[in-house]
Amino acid sequence: MTQYLVRRLIIAIPSLLGISVILFTVLALAPGDPFEELATNPAIPPDVRANLRASLGLDDPIHVRYLSWLLAMLRGEWGFSFVSRSPVADLILQRLPTTIAVIGAAQLLALAIALPVGIYAATRPYSIFDQIANTLAFVGFSLPTFFTGLLFILLFSIYLDWLPFVFRTQIDATGWRWWWEQLRQSIMPVLVLGLFQGAAWTRFVRSAVLDVIRLDHVTTARSKGISESAVTMRHVVRNAMIPVVTLVALQMPAVFGGAIVTEQIFRVPGIGSLLISAILANDTPVIMGVTFVFACLVVFFNLVADVLYGWLDPRISYR
Amino acid sequence: MNEDDLRQMIGRVQRGTLSRRGFVRRLAAVGLTAPMATQLLALAGISPASAQSLPAYRPGRRGGGGPLRILYWQASTLLNPHFAVGTTNQDASRVFYEPLAGWAQDGTLVPILAAEIPSTDNGGLSADGRTVTWKLKRGAKWHDGQDFSADDVVFNWEYGRNPAVAAVTSGSYRDVNVTKVDDFTVRVEFERPQPFWADAFVASRGMIIPKHLFQNFAGANSRDAPANLRPVGTSPYRFVSFTPGDTLRAELNPSYHMPEHPFFDTVEVKGGGDAVSAARAVLQTGDFDYAWNLQVEDEILKRLEAAGRGRVDIVEGGDIEFVMLNATDPHREVEGERAHISTQHPAFRDPAVRQAMSLLLDRNAIEQFIYGRGGPATANFLNNPPRFRSTNMRWEFNLNRANEILDRAGWVRGRDGIRAKDGVRLRFVYQTSVNTPRQRTQAVYKQAAQRAGIDLELKSVVASVFFSSDVANPDTYTKFWADMQMYTTTMPQADPQLFMNQFVSWEISTRANSWQGRNIVRWRSEEYDRIFRESEGELDPVKRAALFIRMNDLIVGSNHVIPVVGRPRVRASLNNLRPVLSAWDNDFWLLGHWFRET
Repeated sequence: MTQYLVRRLIIAIPSLLGISVILFTVLALAPGDPFEELATNPAIPPDVRANLRASLGLDDPIHVRYLSWLLAMLRGEWGFSFVSRSPVADLILQRLPTTIAVIGAAQLLALAIALPVGIYAATRPYSIFDQIANTLAFVGFSLPTFFTGLLFILLFSIYLDWLPFVFRTQIDATGWRWWWEQLRQSIMPVLVLGLFQGAAWTRFVRSAVLDVIRLDHVTTARSKGISESAVTMRHVVRNAMIPVVTLVALQMPAVFGGAIVTEQIFRVPGIGSLLISAILANDTPVIMGVTFVFACLVVFFNLVADVLYGWLDPRISYR
Repeated sequence: MNEDDLRQMIGRVQRGTLSRRGFVRRLAAVGLTAPMATQLLALAGISPASAQSLPAYRPGRRGGGGPLRILYWQASTLLNPHFAVGTTNQDASRVFYEPLAGWAQDGTLVPILAAEIPSTDNGGLSADGRTVTWKLKRGAKWHDGQDFSADDVVFNWEYGRNPAVAAVTSGSYRDVNVTKVDDFTVRVEFERPQPFWADAFVASRGMIIPKHLFQNFAGANSRDAPANLRPVGTSPYRFVSFTPGDTLRAELNPSYHMPEHPFFDTVEVKGGGDAVSAARAVLQTGDFDYAWNLQVEDEILKRLEAAGRGRVDIVEGGDIEFVMLNATDPHREVEGERAHISTQHPAFRDPAVRQAMSLLLDRNAIEQFIYGRGGPATANFLNNPPRFRSTNMRWEFNLNRANEILDRAGWVRGRDGIRAKDGVRLRFVYQTSVNTPRQRTQAVYKQAAQRAGIDLELKSVVASVFFSSDVANPDTYTKFWADMQMYTTTMPQADPQLFMNQFVSWEISTRANSWQGRNIVRWRSEEYDRIFRESEGELDPVKRAALFIRMNDLIVGSNHVIPVVGRPRVRASLNNLRPVLSAWDNDFWLLGHWFRET
């Protein structure tokens, strides 16, 4: 097991390196520069702009820039943002709590919907409940989040005036009031993301459970007179969870990565909105930092999923 | 202007041959504020004029105004004015830092950390135009209790001009010399007579940072200064917290140097999102008091305004959307360079074609159906402040005349309806950045041109490419490898000196200067060059204004530059909020004067 983990981690190194090379080249080849706004300002002489570019090393060839980035990264220095001149690591850490809170809550909500609804629908296929759940799930994952987000804003903020649509990180209140305000402003982004994710997962859970429920060992368990709930939980769900775990584990990086569109709509200051503003401003160090964190998380959670398989199905062994 | 002139002018006002407004404007041109001008009139026994640079501040007390909530759809990322790339960061820095003086909307200077605006009368401006002496306000304190003094001002000059710091403001400080006269007097010296002396220490690039917090970070380590993200300034509001890219919070400064100011107890500037929902949050739901830069279709703004909670503030400045017709040939390479300065554009060298192009631009339709209140049609390149606006230029949309002019010049329609002459066809590539109003303008122009036998090939480039200074990219606006292009050029100061250098021959954008020159249309005129040089040394404000008007007439009259619409600033505020805005300075240039009507 340990040997397997070590081998997997070693294999991960070249793939991370490859990812970083591709990311860096794509960013370097992309047109535009971080001082676009200075270019149209007559009060700033062009050589001031040229100085700025030179001071940030933007005029060096790509491979030189990549190597200096990589060496700094190996030393644990993530570089600093061209735009805010503050360290990339600080920027990411500042936004992590909000992202984890909002997106994490959305994922929990999605799981809380998908698991019971999916399992219940699969145990009674083509019943009324199953039909309704299916229809809603289709509607849910057919509507993109930017659209449901706008619909929610129109309904709950504009017409009903119940919820605020600008997310604020610092609320002037303490105790219960703080929690209340926090809840009010989080409801819409969490619902938008959670319902979308939940709808997709419901479909997935249902089909995974349906696959298992027809197998012979389930019939055997039933014929032994085990209660229906015990059959479902012990013999069906545990086996059906293997593909679901993969899906959920691969979704975990998104919890840290934030939801770019939703964060932008509700002005949630998470990592997704950091990434999008960095891309718009051509702020290479920040884009590299955030995307590299994503890449690491994807690799890591792939590993977690593989390890979880063994726990769910002892027949799987690691060599 | 000397005392005699002044007395004569006051006499003219008394006799009624000069309006009070004209008097204020003339004094403003020498750098006297409107209040000061009205004071002079009052001394001479003439009742104070109504023309004031600043709206009245009515609260009459400090504090008690509750929170002020502001929404920026672009979030600020750092709070050091010397590093502020873009207006968002400048504005955010301006919440905490103040310059010696700021620009009011009418183009006059208002003293902030200065005790008075330098003028020839108070001895602040030398007769030869080479030195400016600023008297600083006494009793101003930094938020941490230290005294503000001349040392801080001199430090900002050293900091801004130091190449190791790599400050965005270095252009304003590297060509001047600054000396401390005493603790509350600073002298700025220029190499040559300088009619426009109010750049260093003034407005957005003049914010003063404290020496005692930055002196150890005035070199290559400038990035590490803790005060870059935790500012300590002199402003009416002091720092509470800041999350880059998100929220900025400030609270009332109880020891602010202007009595009775400010009104609000706290200020919150939230960033991020998009312009339409920002407008919504102010105009429709009233969640916020003020929203910045609403580049939103006027239709939508009007619909949101109908909710009756807020209003749209239009602040007229000098920014202008305009079309340029390339003076050089972008399709031919000379010495390996396209649009080489030795070439002439095969079609646009004919004044008749240029005139026809100007007649084919339907500015009225563009104003009415595309920009609305956010883009009044104009015939001038230099529109503001009003004292520099030419009255000689007219614009007209006239298909028949355009056709007539082209016919007379010998441009004959071919079988496909496109005019040609001597093998040159009137088929032009017309480029601009990707932006809905710009694409719609392109379409309007193309349609009209088609009816005059001119084919426009429309091209749109992503803004981050179009406006980049990337030397390797062929589609940047400074290369201008197309026949025509259109964008907005900004006028950040109430003085046109920097603005009008975009058409002098030594600024032509070429490979030799890595396409960094400001003259992108590559138009050359000896007369323009001469007049521009003259304006650089002309100290008489009235004569100088005349020179700029002549420059405007030359470039617009050549039809190489076709003004489309002015681009005023568009902001939104709640009905009861009284912001003090100016097109020549940051949105928060006078945040201490903002208040809420009750």
